[in-house]
Amino acid sequence: MFDQPLSKIIFGRLTWESFPIHEPILLVTFAVVVLLGAGMLAAVTKYRLWGWLWREWLTSVDHKKIGIMYIILGIIMLLRGFADALMMRLQQAMAFGGSEGYLNAHHYDQIFTAHGTIMIFFVAIPLIVGIVNLVMPLQIGARDVAFPFLNSLSLWLTVAGALLVMVSLFVGEFSTAGWLNYVPVANAENSPGVGPDYYLWALQIAGVGTTLSAINMVTTILKMRAPGMTMMKMPVFTWTALCSNVLAIAIFPILTGAFALLMLDRYVGTNFFTNDLGGNPMMYWNLVWIWGHPEVYVLVLPVFGIYSEITSTFSGKRLFGYSSMVYATVVITILSYLVWLHHFFTMGSGASVNSFFGIATMVISIPTGAKIFNWLFTMYRGEIRMELPMMWVVAFMLTFVVGGMTGVLLAVPPADFVLHNSLFLVAHFHNVIIGGIVFGLFAGMYYWFPKAFGFKMDVFWGKIVFWGWVIGYWVAWTPIYIVGLMGTTRRVRYFDDPTLQPYFIIAGIGALIILVGILAFVVQIAVSIKNREKLRDTTGDPWDGRTLEWATASPPPSYNFAFTPVVHDIDAWYDMKKRGAARPQGGYQPIHMPKNTGAGVILSAIAMVLGFAMIWYMWWLAALSLAALFIVAIAHTFNYDRDFYVSVDEVERTEGEHHRLATAGA
Amino acid sequence: MSKSSLSLPARTKHLLLVPLLLLCAACQGEVLNPAGDIARQQRDIIYISTGLMLLIIIPVMILIVVFAWRYRKGKGGTYDPNFDHSTALELVIWSAPLLIIIMLGALTWSSTHLLDPFRPLDRISGGKDAQKPVGEPLRVQVVSMDWKWLFIYPEQGVATVNELVLPVDRQVRFDITSTNMMNTFYAPTLAGMIYAMPGMRSTLHAVLNKPGTYEGLSANYSGAGFSDMRFKLHGVDQAGFDRWVAGARGSGKALDLATYRQLEKPSEKVPAMRFAATDGDLFRRILERCVEPGTKCMSEIMAHDRRGGGDPHDMRPGAGMPGRASQPPHGHKPEGAIFKSPSEKGSGPNVTKPADPNKASGTTRPGAPENRNMTAIHPVLAPLAGRDAAA
Amino acid sequence: MTTKATSKPKAAPRKKKIAAAAATVSADPTFYLIEADDHHHPTGGATLLGFWIYLMSDALLFAAIFATFGVLGTSYAGGPTPREIFELPLVALNTAILLVSSITYGFGMLAMEQGKAKLTQTWLLITGLLGASFVGIELYEFGKLIAEGATPQTSGFLSAFFTLVGTHGLHVTFGIIWIVVMLVQVQKRGLIPENKRRLLCLSMFWHFLDVVWIGVFTFVYLLGMLR
Repeated sequence: MFDQPLSKIIFGRLTWESFPIHEPILLVTFAVVVLLGAGMLAAVTKYRLWGWLWREWLTSVDHKKIGIMYIILGIIMLLRGFADALMMRLQQAMAFGGSEGYLNAHHYDQIFTAHGTIMIFFVAIPLIVGIVNLVMPLQIGARDVAFPFLNSLSLWLTVAGALLVMVSLFVGEFSTAGWLNYVPVANAENSPGVGPDYYLWALQIAGVGTTLSAINMVTTILKMRAPGMTMMKMPVFTWTALCSNVLAIAIFPILTGAFALLMLDRYVGTNFFTNDLGGNPMMYWNLVWIWGHPEVYVLVLPVFGIYSEITSTFSGKRLFGYSSMVYATVVITILSYLVWLHHFFTMGSGASVNSFFGIATMVISIPTGAKIFNWLFTMYRGEIRMELPMMWVVAFMLTFVVGGMTGVLLAVPPADFVLHNSLFLVAHFHNVIIGGIVFGLFAGMYYWFPKAFGFKMDVFWGKIVFWGWVIGYWVAWTPIYIVGLMGTTRRVRYFDDPTLQPYFIIAGIGALIILVGILAFVVQIAVSIKNREKLRDTTGDPWDGRTLEWATASPPPSYNFAFTPVVHDIDAWYDMKKRGAARPQGGYQPIHMPKNTGAGVILSAIAMVLGFAMIWYMWWLAALSLAALFIVAIAHTFNYDRDFYVSVDEVERTEGEHHRLATAGA
Repeated sequence: MSKSSLSLPARTKHLLLVPLLLLCAACQGEVLNPAGDIARQQRDIIYISTGLMLLIIIPVMILIVVFAWRYRKGKGGTYDPNFDHSTALELVIWSAPLLIIIMLGALTWSSTHLLDPFRPLDRISGGKDAQKPVGEPLRVQVVSMDWKWLFIYPEQGVATVNELVLPVDRQVRFDITSTNMMNTFYAPTLAGMIYAMPGMRSTLHAVLNKPGTYEGLSANYSGAGFSDMRFKLHGVDQAGFDRWVAGARGSGKALDLATYRQLEKPSEKVPAMRFAATDGDLFRRILERCVEPGTKCMSEIMAHDRRGGGDPHDMRPGAGMPGRASQPPHGHKPEGAIFKSPSEKGSGPNVTKPADPNKASGTTRPGAPENRNMTAIHPVLAPLAGRDAAA
Repeated sequence: MTTKATSKPKAAPRKKKIAAAAATVSADPTFYLIEADDHHHPTGGATLLGFWIYLMSDALLFAAIFATFGVLGTSYAGGPTPREIFELPLVALNTAILLVSSITYGFGMLAMEQGKAKLTQTWLLITGLLGASFVGIELYEFGKLIAEGATPQTSGFLSAFFTLVGTHGLHVTFGIIWIVVMLVQVQKRGLIPENKRRLLCLSMFWHFLDVVWIGVFTFVYLLGMLR
């Protein structure tokens, strides 16, 4: 029936073949996902939570809730991305001495592509955007972000992109062209299937979300800081969030452009990245890496901010060298735009070009090194409390310097000639991404969890998470560094040399230790929720914090601050505590807040349908959803009734309750 | 972490030796113990840069542990909550990395120019042989195909697939291109890797100093057959090389157009093959994407483009141009998806099923889904397969 | 309001209207603003800044496509060259139309400042019509090229040409849709602050497209003819 032209018109190239009914791994996964999903839906229905979910969460424009939803998305996608990692580790540990392992080329290629794509675009970015969303407005003493609706739209566009990637697991297939969807592998001639189209549409939709979110955050930081908070009194996390988002605005359009051109190549038959007719595949590499290298800093800068906040708080000290920290951040932001070519020294650009980009890359290590020293001297003469967040900071510093060192090594072109595309390179970027970004995200989640939910996370399970990740990281990646130095390259499915096998087995064990850390994290969340009364923080300031997010209740009321704080010092809240500033009790005013709206969810759902229709060549559905997208967006602009006032009564009740709890606890 | 080992009991120390031993296995690998002078110099750069960086990394790591330990709460270390600035310290923390980077930068500048793959060698090997005359390079033309390597020896008139034989202590100039995908030509023991790109020529100068059999591969992912895109590199003395060339010439198979067409089609796990005779112009035509008779070469097209088309001697604007409706001379690429009629849409199958061992698959159409599930080479190629290498 | 709020801390010891902390500290600085302040919901300023940042990101998108055109601009692949296919007089006319539409939009903004809703709408309508004729002429040009066989599939140069000019044209089309929406909204609600803010954003967008077009005209058409 599907072979009739009518079904081709309706369903495009979607046929029964598109469903992996012959693939046991995917079938089992699918069954588990369906069961879990059905269970969740049933539970939501049984406890009549649909209304609550829609009103309080899905349509929320509250930056804190949006931040939390971003983080939940990141954690769920981490599980998917990590499952891919385990499959790769298993394959490489098995596939020796004539054995081809258990994955064929096509499946394996999809897995490493999906792993990279998911980990960067749908784990790291959502987690970082989530933490910035949750914390930054509180830190600058604002009641919301500059564009609350845009914030909701950004979140749901990112979710739509993530969903498309997940759909590709069960309907059709994902790209096999590597995490940046390289041409010529991904061009229409070599990959006529749906894989690259899933990749392109998922990332275009999510990318629009990320760009909008970055515009929103920059405007918020520039326009909505509390009175007294000059640029040089901004907390370091806010500074790094600013630089990271400025950088994101500068790079994401280029990625969007590159992907759009590849889409045109695939859908219209243009010649941008083709081998013939004047196309130029190298241009794709340049464009995606102009995005790709700064992207590393988009991710790592806010994490540097997290480390700064935590080091200062848990050392009980002001941050050492605040201004040099700020300058270092700005210098990194600018330099990161000038180094992309180091991703392909071996393309033969010539010695002078290579040296320029190599040295520019090394120069970045100077401000980064300065940052490490600043954290070091923040600990110096401090009173360090080794609580969970601080443990991650110390582990980060020890791990990250090694990653930094191997990174500078790779920036020396002659060394890169032998290490490019090797597993040494793979170990290097996992060293900085796990040791730098993931450790920092855990530190940040533990640090700000009590702010978001009003109770701390369980320490015992937290330590298991910590040791699982730290030990697991070293066990998994040290052997990969070594085989990289032995000349083993990346994305290889099986090996001839049997002496390599022990290293891959050790690496697999390391991955399992990390798995323990990840599972312990899930357990930790459950245990913490169960014991929340014991772990409760009533003061709103459980760590003796120094910045404004600790100046309000935990969890903060929807309006964040009943009275706008006035800032006199970099460590504004510490300054207020030291000088005994008491929160006024009374004299409240009605508070002006934005209304929730479902437009973000609806627009994103339509965008997802549009993407799906385009992937499968269902032109009628694509046209329909494009029209719907315009109609809904325009209809939304006709809604002028977008805000309301929180009544004085309600403010008084909320603030009174917080005051009662805080003083009772003290 | 290993710094804390100083205070650990002796038995634990032995345990810590295990990773060290494993680490040392890397020293025997082809990257850190290469047989070629260029790779050896590149290895030295790795060692020198790592050493330079450890000058600062090791003290920092020690300080991290010491500070984290010493200034724990309750440990009684000095507590100075307002110590947040020190000009002297700031000077040190910016200048220490700066100094290292200046040194590394100087090393980078000089070594990048010295080891530039385009640059002909100025020595055959290090040490006391450094003064020996370099001599004219042996030319080898390298073509990455889906998914095998074609090596053409233009001076010898022979060609091989997935087998590279080099005389030791003789400079070799590789000219590298690709038919379709982007690969990197990489023999770790010989020199660093260089991209093989369609329509472009990259160059590598290198020399092999020790006889033996080594591994070569593509280090850049290029699709389904990528994992098998490996070749053997045989280093032999000059006499052995001459013998090998004579043997290849005697094998009788010629790399003619029909064979090339077969070879160009996607296939994987291709055994080593030798061809007695090749067309001397083959590499240029692969590079310029005009192997098929009747197609225009890139240089011709570009010459046309440069003069804006038409007759170079006619100076009137627009004179002799190909005309507004002129079509490009060649190119066969799938039409854009939106122009496909319903029946052309095909299906988007999920092809992750395990390979069927009984089906020697591998289709001849580029981009066909069956290609993604190949385990065997195309049957037509099998009789062409040569025997093992001479060396 | 925003400026007022941020100027507060400099005058820290000012006592009126401001609740200070418990009077235990000697300096007695201000820590909380008690008055009703709209500091959290900046209306026009933040939106205009945000929109301006968006335009900068859009400019980078154009930069990427311009760079692509820079790389592929001479890859004719044996196909037609700019001198053979560009009709400069038509493009010059189109340029003039777009530039005039910027001026008419400017008149519309002047009318808005004076609070004349009807006049604003008239100028908007004229701008929209000029924009539509710009897009119309561009479509005519495209149609003619494609009919003659100079399609986007022909060569790298033509792919880049159609994409760069087409992306700009798509932006102008969005601008026209936006103008239509604004016509309706001004009709329904008059020149209320929200509508004024939107008109200001649209104004930036429209002028931005003008600037980009000058780049396209110079870089693609004029330089193309010189090659």
